[in-house]
Amino acid sequence: MPKVSELNVNGKAGPIDAEGERTLLSVLRDDLNLTGTKYGCGEGQCGACTVLLDGAPTRSCQIPVGSVGRRKVITIEGLAPEGQLHPLQQAFLDHDAFQCGYCTSGMILSGVALLRKRKNPSEAEIIRFMDGNVCRCGTYQRIIAAIRQAANKIPGDAK
Amino acid sequence: MNVTEELAIETERYELFERPRHFGVDRRDFFKRLGGGLVVLCVAAPALAQESGGARRRGGRGGAVPGEIDAWLHVGKDGIVTVFTGKAEVGQNIRTSLTQAVAEELRAPVASINMIMADTRLTPYDMGTFGSQTTPQMASRLHKIAAAAREALLDLAADHLKTDRASLVLGDGKISKTGGAGEVTFGELTQGQKLVKSVTHESSATPATDWKIAGASLAKVDGRDFVTGKHKYSSDMSLPGMLHGRVLRPTSFHASLDSIDTAAAEAMPGVKLVRDGDFIGVTAPDALSADHALQAIRAKWTATPQPSSVELFDYLRKTASASGGRGEGRHTGSIEEGLSAASHKLQATYTVAYIAHTPLEPRAAVASWDGGKLTVWTGSQRPFGVRSELADAFAIAEENIHVIVPDTGAGYGGKHTGEAAVEAARLAKAAGKPVKLVWTRQEEFTWAYFRPAGVIDVNAGVRDDGAILAWEFHNYNSGGSGINCPYDVPNQISQSHGSNSPLRQGSYRALAATANHFARESHIDDLAAAVKMDPLDFRLKNLTDPRLRAVLEAAAERFGWRGAKNGGGRGIGLALGTEKGSYLATCVEVMADKESGEVKVLRAVSAFDCGAVVNPNHLKNQVEGALVMGLGGALFEAIEFENGMVTNPRLSDYRVPRFSDLPKIEVVLIDRKDVPSAGAGETPIVCIAPAIGNAIFNATNTRLRSMPLVPGGLND
Repeated sequence: MPKVSELNVNGKAGPIDAEGERTLLSVLRDDLNLTGTKYGCGEGQCGACTVLLDGAPTRSCQIPVGSVGRRKVITIEGLAPEGQLHPLQQAFLDHDAFQCGYCTSGMILSGVALLRKRKNPSEAEIIRFMDGNVCRCGTYQRIIAAIRQAANKIPGDAK
Repeated sequence: MNVTEELAIETERYELFERPRHFGVDRRDFFKRLGGGLVVLCVAAPALAQESGGARRRGGRGGAVPGEIDAWLHVGKDGIVTVFTGKAEVGQNIRTSLTQAVAEELRAPVASINMIMADTRLTPYDMGTFGSQTTPQMASRLHKIAAAAREALLDLAADHLKTDRASLVLGDGKISKTGGAGEVTFGELTQGQKLVKSVTHESSATPATDWKIAGASLAKVDGRDFVTGKHKYSSDMSLPGMLHGRVLRPTSFHASLDSIDTAAAEAMPGVKLVRDGDFIGVTAPDALSADHALQAIRAKWTATPQPSSVELFDYLRKTASASGGRGEGRHTGSIEEGLSAASHKLQATYTVAYIAHTPLEPRAAVASWDGGKLTVWTGSQRPFGVRSELADAFAIAEENIHVIVPDTGAGYGGKHTGEAAVEAARLAKAAGKPVKLVWTRQEEFTWAYFRPAGVIDVNAGVRDDGAILAWEFHNYNSGGSGINCPYDVPNQISQSHGSNSPLRQGSYRALAATANHFARESHIDDLAAAVKMDPLDFRLKNLTDPRLRAVLEAAAERFGWRGAKNGGGRGIGLALGTEKGSYLATCVEVMADKESGEVKVLRAVSAFDCGAVVNPNHLKNQVEGALVMGLGGALFEAIEFENGMVTNPRLSDYRVPRFSDLPKIEVVLIDRKDVPSAGAGETPIVCIAPAIGNAIFNATNTRLRSMPLVPGGLND
């Protein structure tokens, strides 16, 4: 796979110098110092490495950076660039929807992706959509509550 | 405060070999580092320290010596309160609850309190963050330190405002005169001071009945850093020139290295091979190159024959020690007499599999050498234990080692050891550059330690009127925590026996209390069925402990036990227990579909009493989380192994609870302000497995006696 020289991350295209076969996860963390995206399992089973690729939730540990192309990458650091929290970030705080916090970035980005698809998801829809994200501390019930709160707070066009 | 209690390591923390070291204190250092101000230290009282050389201490090594410091705080001229404790934040939210303790006594804004935790250079020695000890021990000490700081500040303020102390009011980091005739901030009072005070464990603090900030549902103090991805776990650390490391693992446990060819790996650009005895690792400028180099190593290993999971329970029984054993035990009355007076006798064997902690952040470390001095960032529940391991590994003095534990991506009892720290330091030493080592999930599933597997034999007798007359309980290998029967049985033996564990085993949230509660509460249910009594009534009949009765009645009430009906695959079950000073009862409703074999837990209600509640919302979070985590070990988690290798070392093979496994959870907290706070991170996990087993029995009339209960479904 050829080298990759440019990547659009968090609203800005910038130069990188990475072997194309390296994972997007590694390039984000090790080259761009965007460490909010986490390694959890390396096989796309836990969701800790979730980022948005053109809005779609994507396991960054499974995708070679060479295959990202011109798609826009959003990481947790890019969700609230102006310091104003995204309603789902705020809802996670309001519900204490985490303990150790290691799954939180992936949970929030998966949740944001869901809220882009479904304005007001039912509990069953949340469970189905989020089932690939693991929280070992077991805060699932709070995460569901946080997503429901955010659903009610996001105006239709801002998702 | 019982110092002896804290120093005694529970004997089933197999992974520990404790060598306490002491924090050398140069008092002038406080002010050099932080500037002038007020410093308050918490020291073990000399009398207690001398008593603490008692029988429960291991070999009399270390422990509390007169004047040893457990924690301290500094109030600076900027009014910032800096608190130093060796405890580690691993998701249990102690950074928040300990902040509440200080804010409570000082009446200072939470934002003005800065907790320095789990740093071997900055914080006093601490044995480790385990055993639900942070709240009963450390929070209580911080209350005392902060209370003493408050009193010292009031003295200063009385001088400063030229008034008597009785007319002073404390609030919001300030002290003012009643009637509004002047006020002074903590910063103004401490400016130019170099005051050192000390308190002992016997000092007093605000009683829980008067708490205003402690006892309230404060949000996680640095929660914003977690929802924005800003928080740096140890695996997120980066240093200039840092390399990435990988370690070559044997093909099976206890395998020995026959031959190795590293030429291809060494020929790779930027790759350095590190060999030190059987330790073989690589470093490279990026993680992928390190992976490639590792894969290019050709190594031949000779395996050692060893037991596999299919023969595990026979092996544990065969290798069990007849007596002695580990952990607590009880022997009262005569089992023979009890059994002969009983109308029903019931004997059964229960088994519990090895399971993995699976913290989402795997073991990770960044190590950096500067001459003979070593700095390591690593996720751990025992920063000072890791420092000792490093000192041993490199034969250097602990003074030359600095271990820093950033708030960690969970532990659950699984991060008591320093493997990744030692490995990273070894690679960094050889490479001459800082090295980051992050264990892969597969390494975490294989080379960490596991919750012990166990075999439990129970023999009991019950009279027709429902009185339990005899109770004999033997645990092989998994341990003695929570082994004692809380019911009023005149004739009892509870005994834990050691065995040879085929796998490396160690602490796991609540230790063996989960296994022992599973066997006991399942068996109690069978006794209730034998005398045709409702499981709730049967337990109440045999139980006098008022706190256990209270949680049982509260859980049953909230759950609606009395009106609940089974049938159509639905069943209800309950279990109760006590461990580490807290009390729990859990009721569940399950749907057990005989046709598909699927078991789904629909609802779980836990009532929990851990004394005075420090943070109700975070406590509920712990209880909910423990229920979810416990669900995995109850239903489907098991480490499988064959010929010295774990055969399901991936999340795709090892099932953990997910959103779709989530029952509707309700938590009832019983806030006992009249009782000191106990820890709460562990005990809430102990009842979910037996409650589910009992509910499956209620639904299907089938008694399952192995954890996990339904790894392959009901019909497996």
